[in-house]
Amino acid sequence: MGTKLAVVIAGVLAVAVLIGFYIGLLAGGPTPYRVPTASAGGARSVDLTLETVAAVGSKLSPNKNWVSYLVREHGVWHRSTVWTLPANTLVHVTVYNFDGKSGLRNPFLAQARGVVGGSFAINGKATSSINPDDASHTFAIPSLGVIVPIRGVDDNAPQQCDYAPCPMSNAHETITFTFRTGKAGHYRWQCFVPCAAGFVYGFGGPMQTVGYMDGYVNVV
Amino acid sequence: MWSSRSHGHRIAALTVIGTAIVLPLVVFVLGPNMPPGKGTPVASSQVTDNTVLLVVMTPFTVFILVYLAYALVAFRAAKGEGLIDGPPTRGHFKAQVAWLATTTAAVLFLAIFGTAELLADNGAGGGGGPNPVAKPSGAVLPVQVIGQQWEFTYRYPTYGGVETASLVLPAGREIAFHVTSLDAVHSFWAYELGVKADANPGVDNVAYVRTKKPSTFQIRCAELCGLWHGYMSDTGRVVSPAAFSTWIAARRRQFAPIMKYLPKYASSYAPDPSYRAG
Repeated sequence: MGTKLAVVIAGVLAVAVLIGFYIGLLAGGPTPYRVPTASAGGARSVDLTLETVAAVGSKLSPNKNWVSYLVREHGVWHRSTVWTLPANTLVHVTVYNFDGKSGLRNPFLAQARGVVGGSFAINGKATSSINPDDASHTFAIPSLGVIVPIRGVDDNAPQQCDYAPCPMSNAHETITFTFRTGKAGHYRWQCFVPCAAGFVYGFGGPMQTVGYMDGYVNVV
Repeated sequence: MWSSRSHGHRIAALTVIGTAIVLPLVVFVLGPNMPPGKGTPVASSQVTDNTVLLVVMTPFTVFILVYLAYALVAFRAAKGEGLIDGPPTRGHFKAQVAWLATTTAAVLFLAIFGTAELLADNGAGGGGGPNPVAKPSGAVLPVQVIGQQWEFTYRYPTYGGVETASLVLPAGREIAFHVTSLDAVHSFWAYELGVKADANPGVDNVAYVRTKKPSTFQIRCAELCGLWHGYMSDTGRVVSPAAFSTWIAARRRQFAPIMKYLPKYASSYAPDPSYRAG
């Protein structure tokens, strides 16, 4: 009787530990990244440097084949999509996109909104929109009215990156733009391109999981 | 010891008295403050519907509460009294007939009233599918609502098919919302307007509403649609006709660069599967 009871208790404890471990894995979101602030000429601004990759790789995620955003923190690429930004500040964003073209489901989202000057730059060339079929991703904070389409790397481009972090020698597009954060708040950001390979309509997996193609912007 | 007939009479009397007290409060105090307010005729009609539902359910609710309270008081065991089983339950023909007749009358009334209300106000703001049974007689301003994970966008076919990220409507106009989706099932809920219409891929769900004076209204997605469903919200505006003309002209200029890429206006869209998503 005593042995049976001990076995049952041990079994229950083992299952509880396994459940706790599983929940911990699910709940363990990315580490928030507080973007350093700089002041120049009285205007506050921050630099946010991002990378978008077709496959995040096993070094950065257990889901090595998932598409993902990465953020550069102190010169190192991290898989963090929760960023803390100061309020009423200009945010200079640079996105190095190493991913190919997926195309937007809604072409309307291929025009930039909510950015300073109404335009953004692709490899240094200013524009306000792209061909929706060329979109690889978007950078969008809907509540702030910000959306910028990210043009994809050509299918035939040489030296394409397989897994992140991708060296700058690999084929990539450089997208730059600036937006203003406005008042403090907790905002979500997301990609609007159905770019999740292998998932129904391209909107499962990394498109439905914070830490890959979605995240939060904490404006403080 | 009271007879069961006395208990029945007391409960009935208390129910009538309770209903007489509560009903005026429901009609004159609670009813006018029921959601979704009186932003449009459709919304006002929904306030009336909610009030009627409350009025019908009030006597039943009062009866249940009176019965519960009465049982707690009258059938409470005396101190020191042991557990005594009650007399066996027998059928009571009059009580059964009264209960069946009352509840049947209530359900039938609500069925008839509900059906009539669905047809009134050109669909009650719920969306009547691509060919609504009830339609407004005059001119309408069509506005297409496009749901996608996770944002609503809007097209104005009478203004060159321009698409916008925010919803602005002219005051005093009959609006025909054409609600559709590009991916999952969403639901376009314009709370103060009294509109709540499902957005299904490949379907043109038409909901009519007549705007009144300039105001703002909340927009929500009312169908669980994925990770950011809870963030799929916005604030819409009803503005004067002149302000609307100015606004729509500005949007046509702003979004001119993307117009060449937009598909021709259609009642619904079936985007080609992108080559990665398949």
